[in-house]
Amino acid sequence: MEISITVNGQVVSADVEPRTLLVQFIRDNAGLTGTNIGCDTSSCGACSIHLDGEAVKSCTVLAAQADGGSVTTIEGMASADGTLHPMQQAFMEHHGLQCGYCTPGMVMAATSLLNENPSATEEEIRIGLEGNLCRCTGYHNIVQAVLSCTKS
Amino acid sequence: MIPAAFEYVRAGSAEEAISLIAQHGDEAKFLAGGHSLVPLMKLRLAQPSVLIDIGRVSDLSYVTDAGDHIAIGALTRHRDVETSPIVLEHAPLLAHATSHVGDPQVRHRGTIGGSLAHADPASDLPATTLALGATYVVQGPGGTREIPAGSFYEGYLTSVLAADEMLTEIRVPKMNGAGWSFQKFNRRAQDWAIVGVAAWRNGSEAGVALVNMASVPVLATSVGAAIASGASIEDAAAEAAAEADPQADLNASVEYRQHLARVLTRRALEEASA
Repeated sequence: MEISITVNGQVVSADVEPRTLLVQFIRDNAGLTGTNIGCDTSSCGACSIHLDGEAVKSCTVLAAQADGGSVTTIEGMASADGTLHPMQQAFMEHHGLQCGYCTPGMVMAATSLLNENPSATEEEIRIGLEGNLCRCTGYHNIVQAVLSCTKS
Repeated sequence: MIPAAFEYVRAGSAEEAISLIAQHGDEAKFLAGGHSLVPLMKLRLAQPSVLIDIGRVSDLSYVTDAGDHIAIGALTRHRDVETSPIVLEHAPLLAHATSHVGDPQVRHRGTIGGSLAHADPASDLPATTLALGATYVVQGPGGTREIPAGSFYEGYLTSVLAADEMLTEIRVPKMNGAGWSFQKFNRRAQDWAIVGVAAWRNGSEAGVALVNMASVPVLATSVGAAIASGASIEDAAAEAAAEADPQADLNASVEYRQHLARVLTRRALEEASA
């Protein structure tokens, strides 16, 4: 089936099987490999992107469900001139990553969380990132990075 | 993992959805948020040959104050139920239980109707709506019927929904200021409950339902009866597993589940009575 999804502002059209997952469309059809497949069972959140403005797990959404919709991936977070999104900058400054595998999903989930709750507390951040697992950092610096982006 | 191949069609309205499922029969499944169905399809535990995407039937996404109850469209996303001022005011137990479903990303896509129709006794919402005495509105080619939550669940992942019927609305009686509590016991964040309890109490009236204590959500009627007859919370909670039929699995033995049900029911009643 023919589908078209706007990815980071660009329309990407492809003829895909209905069973194509959104994460496969992003990685294989749009060629954007910043979005990672971690668990493939909807737990780890490494595949998190924004669909129509909200963080979702792209391994659990069919590309067909996103047909006509708007997707933002980690590649779309920095500005056109290369300036990092404040959340990306914060992860860098607060050492909120080690291997980096969970990081794109963490940044997308954290950004969505703060869009909905700009002055989230530390507890709200820890609970709000329940859908994202990290095996390296123990979450401490991730939480510090996200906290640094909250409004008081 | 990749689902088995299927044909995909999209419905724009409830009527269109029902006509499509009548056309394709047993081989078709509705796709709402997809966060119960797609994981099963990726593991090939479910292999429908046709998916009818109802995710864009926007007139089934609503929360309205209908007088003595609140009416929630089946396609309302968990995030919208969780944050709805109407649900927060009139059925706070439901809003809170919904905030325990999965995680924020899951709640941006999953729907209340999809969760209830999936009929997993380990999910949070079947037991919660059962405790609240909800009624489910179901539409089919023959018309509409209203099914009390207590009559909806037949077995593991099985409800009384006919192959050509669709859940369209959930009616939840207003709680009118009753105390409430949702207890969810698990080992890991965003995990299903090993055992869970949804409870409300208003003086000598109480409604308590159990998550993951049988092949269907369980209404703990003995607990309710004990509270009505003036029993202490301790004595009422001791009856928690009376109607249950818990299974042993990787997470808990039968005895441990029964113990959890009693402990969590006691905690829930204490919180609901405070």
